[in-house]
Parts: sequence; C-alpha cells; structure tokens
Amino acid sequence: MRPESEDKREGASAPSLHKGARRREGFGPGAYLLFTAILIAALVLCVCVGSVSIPLMDTVRVIGAAILKKPIPEISAKSIILSVRLPRVICVALTGASLSIAGAAMQGLLKNPLADGSTLGVSSGASLGAALAIAFGVSLPGLPFAGTMIMAMAFAFLSLILILSLAYRLDYSLSTSTIILIGVIYSMFINSVLSLVITFSGDHLKSITYWTMGSLAGSSYKNALVLLAAMVICASILLFHARELNAFAIGEDNARHIGVNVKRVKLVVMITVSVLIGVCVSIGGTIAFVGLVTPHMVRMITGPNHKRILPASLFGGATFLLLADLVARILFNPIELPIGVVTSFIGALLFVNIFYQTRRGK
Amino acid sequence: MAMLEVRNMTVAFGERKVVDDVSFSLEEGRWLMLIGPNGAGKSTIVNAIAQSVDYTGQVIYRGEDVKRFKPTQLARQIGILSQNHSVGYGFTVEEVVRLGRYSYAPGIFSRHSDADEESVERALELTGIRELLHQSVLTLSGGELQRTFLAQLLAQDPKILILDEPTNHLDLVYQKQTFALIREWLSQSGRAVISVVHDLSLARAYGTDAVLLQKGKSVTVGPISSAFEPGTLDGVYSMDVAGWMRRMLSQWE
Repeated sequence: MRPESEDKREGASAPSLHKGARRREGFGPGAYLLFTAILIAALVLCVCVGSVSIPLMDTVRVIGAAILKKPIPEISAKSIILSVRLPRVICVALTGASLSIAGAAMQGLLKNPLADGSTLGVSSGASLGAALAIAFGVSLPGLPFAGTMIMAMAFAFLSLILILSLAYRLDYSLSTSTIILIGVIYSMFINSVLSLVITFSGDHLKSITYWTMGSLAGSSYKNALVLLAAMVICASILLFHARELNAFAIGEDNARHIGVNVKRVKLVVMITVSVLIGVCVSIGGTIAFVGLVTPHMVRMITGPNHKRILPASLFGGATFLLLADLVARILFNPIELPIGVVTSFIGALLFVNIFYQTRRGK
Repeated sequence: MAMLEVRNMTVAFGERKVVDDVSFSLEEGRWLMLIGPNGAGKSTIVNAIAQSVDYTGQVIYRGEDVKRFKPTQLARQIGILSQNHSVGYGFTVEEVVRLGRYSYAPGIFSRHSDADEESVERALELTGIRELLHQSVLTLSGGELQRTFLAQLLAQDPKILILDEPTNHLDLVYQKQTFALIREWLSQSGRAVISVVHDLSLARAYGTDAVLLQKGKSVTVGPISSAFEPGTLDGVYSMDVAGWMRRMLSQWE
C-alpha cells in the first residue's frame, strides 16, 4: 500500500531486517563481561573505602584467599573486610539488583516509567507487614527471620493488588497522575497505620523504626544468601517473561491480541515483584526509588526492549546502590547516612524530571 | 460450516446493555461490515470477540467455542486491529512488527523460523513501512503508527482479520490502498474479514455482508444489500442517508 511515487524510491537504501546473529535482541557475551567488570570494580572500591581506608591490594588478597579457601593473610583490616564490609557490600549489591529488576518489570507491565515499589506504595505495604510481624512476634519454627520476610512479601503482594484495582477503577489506562495519586494516598495511609503499630509496640519500637529508614549496615552473610536465592529465582522468572513484558509495554490490549496470556503473565510478574520487594524490605528496610532510577538510566542507553533492560537493570542496580551506599558512608564521615536518604534524594529529582517530561510530552 | 459464528452475544456494563442479543455468522472469503451510528456497539462486539470484555452468548470458530482456546491458539486464528494505539516507550517499528509472531513461538528460547521471517517481510512489504524499520514508534505519525500495527497483524497471519476502523488515521491514498490490500489478502482461501467502518460508501463498495446495529441491537443481518434497502438506514441514522450521500457526490460534478 505504498504510494506509487514512493515505490520507485524503494531500493538499496531501504533498511533491511536483521539477519541471523545480527538480529540478537539481548546482549552478547562482551557486554556481560563489561557489566561484570564494572560491578566487581564497584564492589572492591566499596570494600576499600570507608571510615577506615584499606589498601586495594590488601582487600584483593583477603577476598581472593577467602574465595579460594586459602589461608587468609593476617593483616589488621582482615576482620573489617570479611566480617563488616564484605557482607554489607554483597547485600547492598543484591538489594540494588533485586529492586531494580523489580522496578523495570513493573514499568513494563504497567506501561508507565514511574511505576516502582516505592512510588506505588508497595514497599510501604511490605514494611507494614514486617512491622506487624515484629510487633506481634510472628515467626516460623526453626526459621526466626522468615516470619518478617513472609509477612513483608504477603503485604507487598496485597498492596500491589489493592493499589492496582483502585487505579484501574479510577482510570483504566493507568495514567501517570493516577499512579502517583494512588501511590501517595496509599503510602500515607500505610504510614499512619505504621505509626499506630509503632506507638503500641513498646519493646519492639527500636527494631520497627529501623524498617522505615532503610539501611543495610550490619548485614550478615545469611542475609546475603537469602537475597541471592530470591534474586536468582525471581530474576530468572522475569527474564523468561521478557517478550511478554515487551508486549505489555506496547499495550495490554495489543499483548492480548498477539496471544499473550495476559492474566497469567500479570499474576506471575506481580507475585515475583512482591517476593523481591518483600525480601529486600525485610532485610534492608524501605530503600526508595532504586527501582525507578536504574531502569530509567538503563532505558536511555539500551532502549525499551526488556531482553536488554532486565539484565542491564540487574547489573546497573547493583552498581548504583553500591555507589549510593558509598556516598552514604563517606559524605559526612564519621556520621553515616541511611542509604535510603541518598537514593530518595537522587530518585526524587529524577521523578520530577520524568513526570515533567511525560506531562510535557502530552 | 461457517468460519465464525456469533450467537446471542450480549455485553452489559452495569445495568446498560451495550450489545443486546446479536447473532451473525461469517463464511470463508466474505467481508462483513459492522455498521451503525456512534454508540451502536460495533467496537464492543470486536472487543468481545477478542475476549477483552465479558459477554454472554457464544463465539464459535469452526465449530469450537473460542473461550476454550488458549490465547496463542486464538491469536493464530483471529487477529484484531484496534482503533487507537498509544505506545509508551520508544520501541522500533521492527520490534513491534516482530511481536506479531509471538503466538507461533512464545517463550524466551523460541527462535525465529523461516516462516516468521517470511511473514514479517511480507507484512512490511504490503504496508510499505520498510523505510521506518529502525525508527522509534514514538516518532511516527498517526497513519504510520496505524500501518505499523497493521503490519504486526499481518505478520501474525491469522485466518480472520477483525479491523476496528482500519483507516481511522489514514489519508485518502492510504485508505484506498488499505482497502485494496485487505481485499487482496482476502482472495486467498480460508480467510475472512470483519471490519467496523463509519464510511458507508466504503462499506457498500467493499463489504459482502453487513450487520447494521442500533443501540446494541442488530437491525439487519445478511448480505450487504440488506442494510442498504431503501428506508433501513434512514431509520437507524434518523436522516435521509442516500440524499446526503448524493448531495456530497454532486460537489464533484
């Protein structure tokens, strides 16, 4: 159906479909090597720098020996590296990766670049779940930390369901303003309930207040293991749904028309995202805006295809949160800022920027 | 056997029946036009066949209720072109068109087969959007966007095309070409088309069958001529339709 005049122009200059290997939508091995190199560099940097500076070579030797199960060199910083900084840095990286891929998936699913655990109020919901678990002493036999975690996941999922059903009812297209409005109202509501829980929590006050701040200081290897397990499982599930997320990012109706099982994919992605946010919140509290900042920056470089955004968000999110944590630790040394303060500061500025651009775009 | 049968379809939003007990069938090689004034329920019927809205009654594809179809199975038989397209992110035209092949190989490990390549190539060729291949869909005009989604639909290679206002954003040249393209697509065996069309002249020129709707109810169902019998349209549109058309045409004489 090309106009005849244009027919004649068709020829060598018309772009062709990508053939064979050139048509790969995801990243090649080179890109993954680069991402890994950047991430490791950030990890090592974060272990070296802090209230006590540790020489790079000492850090590398100690970590290398620990990984290779060789005798660890007896240097003064050994315990700082292995018992304090390394577990924290690993937890920070895993939290950053998890929150970012969760944000990227939600932004695709809802076709909205401002959707994120913190803007939607899902993280607030998760922290209420965690607070209730602490206040009422919910725990599973044999797994003392699992009670908070499961409550955080369950509340994250319930929040997501509640927020989305409210939002769909108000405005089926889920416009940016609706998302923001619902997120703000829901977060305020949750925070008031949270304050109520804190007021009556007595002895548990201190540990509950912790969830509302967001900090990964004092993380353990056990935390890291839980985060790693959750991230590996959930990130794999999301990566398996990259094509479906592309379809949703183009439009839910279009996704249905091309044969995507819309209900199933939505449910799977929402559960996966809730698990990720629930686990992260139960370990590090609410660290706002990570899932907003990273995918946004990644998207500017990789374009909107989820076969690239999702893996790039994993690596980018880990690196971003590591650097944010570093800033939190050294900016007012020896006073340490909660990491959530740094991410909120950057995230809020970016949020305004994206909001402004999407509004102006209309 | 009819390719597609809609039996006693009723769609209600709350108390209000938007589609009220509508039945029609579609045979191979036919082009059925859904016509009627605004709010007659044309787009809702399309959405119900697409399983996007709840309905009572049945939609039967070659003897089987489509409610029993898996989403991928349905997409391989029935393809839908919506009236409006809003795209949130800057996907390339190629990425959007290629997604049309989703139902043939869902999942991450699926590889593009030769059939996929062929269908995508043919769709790009037919819709004339090859030069836009690597362009972001956010930069397209309304007409280009419409042709991109038409290309996605053709790449999907369904047996029945359901088009909601297919020439909505298109200028006259592309309108003419789109209708010619659909007629050509229809000429292969085992295919049929349903389209919602506002332009009654286009409906009359290209349609073989018609369902004329008014406030959710079908006024006439049958060959295209049945909707155009003297007086029928006038009642539905509350005006002298033929007189108006002739007056418009006289401008060109």
